[in-house]
Amino acid sequence: MNEKKELNEKESLLLQPSHPVGIVGYGAYIPRYRLPAKEISRVWTNGMGGTPIVEKSVPGLDEDVATMSIEAARNALARANIDSSKIRAVWVGSESHPYAVKPTSTIVAEALGIVPHTQAADWEFACKAGTEAMIAAIGLVGSRMARYALAIGMDTAQGRPGDALEYTAAAGGAAYLIGPADEALAVIDHTYSYVTDTPDFWRRAYQKYPEHGQRFTGEPAYFKHITSAAQTMMEFTGTTAQDFKYAVFHQPNIKFPKRVAAKLGFTPEQIAPGLLVPMIGNTYSGAAIIGLTGILDIAEPGDRVLMVSFGSGAGSDAFDIRITEKILNRRDRAPGTKAYIARRTEIDYAMYVRMRRKLVMR
Amino acid sequence: MEIARHWRLKKQRYALVGEVCPHCHAKLFPPRDVCPECGGEAKTPYTFSGRGKVYSHTTIYNAPEGFQEFAPYTVALVKLEEGPMVTAQLTDLGDQEVEIGMPVEMVTRRLRTDGDERGLLVYGYKFRPLELYQVAAAD
Ligand SMILES: [Zn+2]
Repeated sequence: MNEKKELNEKESLLLQPSHPVGIVGYGAYIPRYRLPAKEISRVWTNGMGGTPIVEKSVPGLDEDVATMSIEAARNALARANIDSSKIRAVWVGSESHPYAVKPTSTIVAEALGIVPHTQAADWEFACKAGTEAMIAAIGLVGSRMARYALAIGMDTAQGRPGDALEYTAAAGGAAYLIGPADEALAVIDHTYSYVTDTPDFWRRAYQKYPEHGQRFTGEPAYFKHITSAAQTMMEFTGTTAQDFKYAVFHQPNIKFPKRVAAKLGFTPEQIAPGLLVPMIGNTYSGAAIIGLTGILDIAEPGDRVLMVSFGSGAGSDAFDIRITEKILNRRDRAPGTKAYIARRTEIDYAMYVRMRRKLVMR
Repeated sequence: MEIARHWRLKKQRYALVGEVCPHCHAKLFPPRDVCPECGGEAKTPYTFSGRGKVYSHTTIYNAPEGFQEFAPYTVALVKLEEGPMVTAQLTDLGDQEVEIGMPVEMVTRRLRTDGDERGLLVYGYKFRPLELYQVAAAD
């Protein structure tokens, strides 16, 4: 009796919609400009010391979370090939929305022809706002309140000049069109979320740059939340790392996702296609989910994928994803993530300062 | 401040929405409700593919009010694959030369701010080289 009760409580930890849902279309976006990490260390440390990544993406002067979300969403809709007026939610997760007050999501919905019969809202949860929006979309579609919902995670993150975060704070993200499982290129069988109040990273109102809680950023924040989310997911789905073809984790640098993957029993080969941080940097709300686009670009029907995001403050969302045969004729309908990575113009620190509007003009 | 105008133009600016003539099937941009080809009424919305070619171009060094922060930038006449010609900024050029006949595609970008840093952000179409598909094809 007690054992059974315990089992029921355990089962209820997984989030599972009453009607099966999945990813009907996906799309990535990465701006074309790149700032090498060694260029940052040239300016701030006389070129001494290691760098956490190779280079990071930098948005152009005419780009922001709205324009980048529009392009990622256009790619997702191109892959899905559905009538955009059937979408009933546009949810954009970011910590760098262009306005303090005025939704990014209405601009995106207007540009994609989704207005006016739709939900629209902006989400914020540091780096997991995008996966939070995805789970909400799963709920909306899985309850049959809507046939399709669009969830986006996108950022143009800023680091304080000279701070460790300046090396990695990058721009990019992805869009996911969630819909019924029988139309999906990948079915999302379960999700699980693990959330606590942890002071590892924050930015107060009107502040341009974030603060980080030094010793709080690693073990009690990133590692604790990701391993808890992943282990609980694997425990209650009766899986181990070997059951997944690929895994992708939030990637603020190269070291953290590699270490958390090894700790959970994943091999370097399992995380390689989704580990984009060396070449594009940490795209915050976009980081885990743009990694997933790298996997979807190469995955085969039947492959199982584990995705675990992390957002400071803090929490992790874990996704149990199964690729279907519909992936095969949909992925080439939009540019692959590798094409965005290859499209590259290197800039120096001076141009970066201009492009990120760090110069006071008046 | 031109908030009403920005609001009125958002569909054509964000997504290159023009019109198609129900009589002779000509595609119209910008939308003007009367077909320039046959003179008939043309009010059916039509979303352009966004693909086209550079017809001519020039680089602006002394930008007008509201555009100074983007200078220098290139403005082009783009011949859309459906026929109409539009004037727009080119973007994402990196360090590549612009050539007449260069294939381009529409993207939605920030055009300018209406007024100072407290003003509305104005979004609209620009065009960029069609290179993402070439990379994908070479892969
Ligand atoms: Zn006509």
